[in-house]
Amino acid sequence: MSSSPDAQPRDALAAIQRQIQWNRLIAVVEEQAQIMIRTAFSTTVREAGDLSAGIFDLRGRMLAQAVTGTPGHVNSMMESVGHFLAKFPAETMKAGDHYITNDPWLGTGHLHDLTVVTPAFRNGQIVGLFANTAHVIDVGGLGMGPEGRSVFEEGLYIPIVKCFDQGKANETFFDILRAGTRTPAELEGDVYSLCACNDAGARRLVEMMDEFGMDSLDSLAESIFEASSRATLAEIAKLPRGEFSAQISSDGYEAPVTLRARMTVSEDHISVDYAGTSGLSGRGINVPAAYTRAYACFGIKCVVAPEVPNNWASLLPFRMEIPEGSILNAPRPYPVAVRHVVGQLLPDLMMGCLHQAVPDRVTAEGSSCLWNPPLRGGGQVSGANAELPDFEVITFNSGGTGARPTQDGLDGTAFPSGVRTMPVEATENVAPVIFWKKELRPGSGGAGRTRGGLGQVMEIGGKNDAEFAVNAIFDRVANPPKGRDGGGDGAPGWVGLTDGTLLRTKGFQVIPKGKRLLLKLPGGGGMGDPAGRDPALVARDEADGLV
Amino acid sequence: MGDVRLASDIGGTFTDLALERADGMGGYERWTAKVLTTPAAPEKGVLEGIRAVLAKAGMGPADVSLFIHGTTLATNAVIERKGARTALLTTEGFRDVLALGNESRYDQYDLNITLPQPLVPRRWRLPVPERLDNEGRVLLPLDTAAVREAVTFMKAEGIESLAIGFLHAFVNPTHERQAAEIVRDLWPELPVSLSSEVSPEMREWERFSTTAANAYVQPLMMGYLHRLRAGLSEAGFTCPLYLMLSGGGLTTLETAARFPIRLVESGPAGGAIFSAFVARQKGWDRVLSFDMGGTTAKVCLIDDFAPQTARTFEVARIGRFKKGSGLPLRIPVIEMVEIGAGGGSIASVDALGRIQVGPESAGADPGPACYGRGGAKPAVTDANLLLGRYDPDTFAGGAMTLHPDASAAAMESSLGPLGLEPAMAALGVVEVVDENMANAARVHAIESGKGYDGRAVIAFGGGGPVHGYRVAEKIGVNRLLVPSGAGVGSAIGFLRAPVGYEVVRSLYQRFRTFDTAAVNALLAEMSAEARRVVADAAFGAELVERRIAYMRYVGQGHEIAVELPVTALGDADVADVRAAYDREYAAFYDRPVPGSDVEILSFAVTVATAVEAPPPVAEVAAAPAPTPIRSLAVRDTAKGGVSDWPVYDRDAFAPGAAVPGPCIVVEAETSTLVGPGWTCTMDGLGYLELTR
Repeated sequence: MSSSPDAQPRDALAAIQRQIQWNRLIAVVEEQAQIMIRTAFSTTVREAGDLSAGIFDLRGRMLAQAVTGTPGHVNSMMESVGHFLAKFPAETMKAGDHYITNDPWLGTGHLHDLTVVTPAFRNGQIVGLFANTAHVIDVGGLGMGPEGRSVFEEGLYIPIVKCFDQGKANETFFDILRAGTRTPAELEGDVYSLCACNDAGARRLVEMMDEFGMDSLDSLAESIFEASSRATLAEIAKLPRGEFSAQISSDGYEAPVTLRARMTVSEDHISVDYAGTSGLSGRGINVPAAYTRAYACFGIKCVVAPEVPNNWASLLPFRMEIPEGSILNAPRPYPVAVRHVVGQLLPDLMMGCLHQAVPDRVTAEGSSCLWNPPLRGGGQVSGANAELPDFEVITFNSGGTGARPTQDGLDGTAFPSGVRTMPVEATENVAPVIFWKKELRPGSGGAGRTRGGLGQVMEIGGKNDAEFAVNAIFDRVANPPKGRDGGGDGAPGWVGLTDGTLLRTKGFQVIPKGKRLLLKLPGGGGMGDPAGRDPALVARDEADGLV
Repeated sequence: MGDVRLASDIGGTFTDLALERADGMGGYERWTAKVLTTPAAPEKGVLEGIRAVLAKAGMGPADVSLFIHGTTLATNAVIERKGARTALLTTEGFRDVLALGNESRYDQYDLNITLPQPLVPRRWRLPVPERLDNEGRVLLPLDTAAVREAVTFMKAEGIESLAIGFLHAFVNPTHERQAAEIVRDLWPELPVSLSSEVSPEMREWERFSTTAANAYVQPLMMGYLHRLRAGLSEAGFTCPLYLMLSGGGLTTLETAARFPIRLVESGPAGGAIFSAFVARQKGWDRVLSFDMGGTTAKVCLIDDFAPQTARTFEVARIGRFKKGSGLPLRIPVIEMVEIGAGGGSIASVDALGRIQVGPESAGADPGPACYGRGGAKPAVTDANLLLGRYDPDTFAGGAMTLHPDASAAAMESSLGPLGLEPAMAALGVVEVVDENMANAARVHAIESGKGYDGRAVIAFGGGGPVHGYRVAEKIGVNRLLVPSGAGVGSAIGFLRAPVGYEVVRSLYQRFRTFDTAAVNALLAEMSAEARRVVADAAFGAELVERRIAYMRYVGQGHEIAVELPVTALGDADVADVRAAYDREYAAFYDRPVPGSDVEILSFAVTVATAVEAPPPVAEVAAAPAPTPIRSLAVRDTAKGGVSDWPVYDRDAFAPGAAVPGPCIVVEAETSTLVGPGWTCTMDGLGYLELTR
């Protein structure tokens, strides 16, 4: 029996095996993300899924990223690994090391995101790097909210340091970490979780390299990059060339904010220039450039090349010019804690440009930025008169998404963020609050041939209607989501008390005893002429009391 | 006549029957039959199959001492949206819990995703004023007038079934019961499902979704079960009828009719129990059950002869088997990972030049291209044929002639852009589908905190024995078993299932403030409830009880199951349980977390009849190897080369006979591939055992 293949099948076999290895790498990072979700302490990670995970080569180029997670980390985490390597070159790393930072400018844009990088070793040789990012619940400072006037007020600032040295915990680091947060056990547990999930990734990588007899990831990396680049460029080439401009407005903190983009679609890349965008804010809604690139790339990619997996090469053709001093390129030490409020408008802005190129592939504007009410109560709010025990809780809630070309927008669903909400029953079990209402907001979806997704109405009180506070980070109250192609705008958001009192859309505010917080989340914009809507859908919405 | 047991499993295409008679020495005599499922009136197919299998055995209805039944009817009703006009009575302010779900998308990059529609449309989600807090205290009393109004509205709307789901009702069911009372008074015929009974656990979306699904399938299932019982007694059966539950136990028709949602995954559960039984026969305590059929593959971990169980499940996934694209059900279920990988799964090339396999399937009609029934897209079966793994003239015991030319043409037209010979493209397809299944198995193990070192694979279904050795290689397993009777494995599994019931309750506890009395009281109550359900069907058999606590570090989100002693807990027991948690956690994730308290979210109590231990397997002496009936030129998917693989008839093996790989062992329902480096031995049970 002979079984030596000739040259043609051997090359073919090698090509097939590279594909298998690529699939395996994606499975490895997916596993890394799943382990983080299962071991994390912060609800932001384990319930909401505000995280990402990926594998990198020794030059800091991302080979694969888990699809589990949220887009804000898409290539901000990728840039971050380069910063780690600049401080700790690969050849100085040892097995069992773990490196960490939450620097908004070396990581993913605010102090609440921890990024951990871990080298993977095989036969004593460093072969790759695993990185992950997770949004933790508390890093001290003012807490999650827009009130900080510089990053130093926003919490504990961790430069790139080793948290584990050859497998041994850096106790000095953990001492400082525990001292700087309201939730020491959770934060320490989260760091352990991030390290454990990178370790698991590294173990799987080594098993895979053993199975396929691979000494390095180099040739696999090249074939991944080559195929991804080719596929992305092929998709870009299908677009009409030209320059497309759009703008979008946010309520801002002290003044409205306008984001402007001029997108140039060329043969082999797409570039976006943000000239004309508003300047910096004095409060924490500023966006570091890496986060701008992350959400802008995500928005473009959803339209242009959604099937191509994220990696260094597939993200390369998307280039950003972000003027210094604009709110989308905030320098240190500007406050950036709630950069998502502005950053999450970027996919809508990108689709505003792409609408001129491929109108049938984009959606109308949606509610877009999350409507997470950070709630606080007890002595931190009411001092000696507190009726409630101290608590700090955040839920992740969303308005409606923009109408799609052939389908309605999604009701009360996160986009572009990839997070999930938590059950009211669970929230009421961890904090002394009562959600008196949480349901769809009829009539809030923009009219159209396809209508915008509906927002929600939420009514929240303290237990026994005691005093508590909200650290508002809401938007699209003065600037509702716009429809496209003749579709109507979504309903604007509304922030106040059930007695009709208006609250500010951003900032720390006390809900007095006996009062309840009322939030009306925006609906998505509609698409197309409402007169063209399928009568069956009109009838359904009427029967269901949605319009 | 002895103990004669009959089982039937209604699947999408076939209804399988298995009939067994104990031989009095611990062994069984078995007859099986397969008939077409009759979707309009499934009991017809069952009764027809029963006649067929009884005829084979030369027995009559009066000879049967027990009949066990499983069905995908409830699942299909949900998938095809053919259930009852169902209403949901719910807490005012929370009308849209079913629609909002967890407010997320199951696919980050697809702008055009469709989310699963709730089983109850908004017009029939009826809010009534009432509110409890998280401790079950009444914040707002139930508005009984509003409940009465809702009944009037439901009558006008022609509602056929009602779910009642109130916030925090799992802590205090009083309002739900009160509302149900009022409804029953006004409308006694309307079936009513309470969230505090169907799924009494925290998380309103999952609980309401489960309750709504129960109500949605209840009229259909009640009607079906009662027609089946009537049909059986008309045919002369007097034996008890048990239903297979998704959690792996059996229950009475009355319980099944109350909680029909617990029947959803009963067919696959039977397959897992079949594997668990085989594992017990072999004395293998760590096994992966691998069932590959025409459209999907299912894997399930089996430790200590018990299939792994879970408490959540998703039914009717719409997004290519994607997690999050189905309706959540919170019921006890045998935990399986199912992926769109079967013999009919179709291969294509994506934008990146990568081979993709499934989840689209060629189904049975037209089937893979090689069936010659007009299928033009290459399926996994086509790829296997092009690799030389099947003899085109003797496929399925000669029942069907395959057309390799059609396979090659399909491969050429769909995978042409790769520029590969059809045989190499076929190799790519098989490697990809094997990798997909191996990945599913890896993920399943990770999510369960288990590994594959020292584990064995039990392969069945039409594709399991074909793909088993390569999947085993990919997950690092060195032992593979192909049992006999694998074609009707689920039905045989039913015969091995214990009569059992699982009760789950939420009760929040922390170890630093552990309320031993409250926990003991709850566990005693749960035990009594489970025993009540089981007693009706156990006929005095010995009962085994298991108690589980679902625990985690305070602040974490994922719970680990820890076994509790089946006694009233004392202080020493509580300390032991706490220590057991740290051990379990470290086994999952290497490092325990210093300084954290541990909390318990919920408890489960399972009561079941003891599983009979199979007779010990006699050692068999080596027997002469059979003679090959032919050979096939097969391309090896690991190395790419072609060589001659001898083909043996499974029936020609005597226990103890062994043959080296590479080779193929054929039988009517499937082929067992023995890869290079593997050895295939027939054991004393007539099973094929592959080792390397």
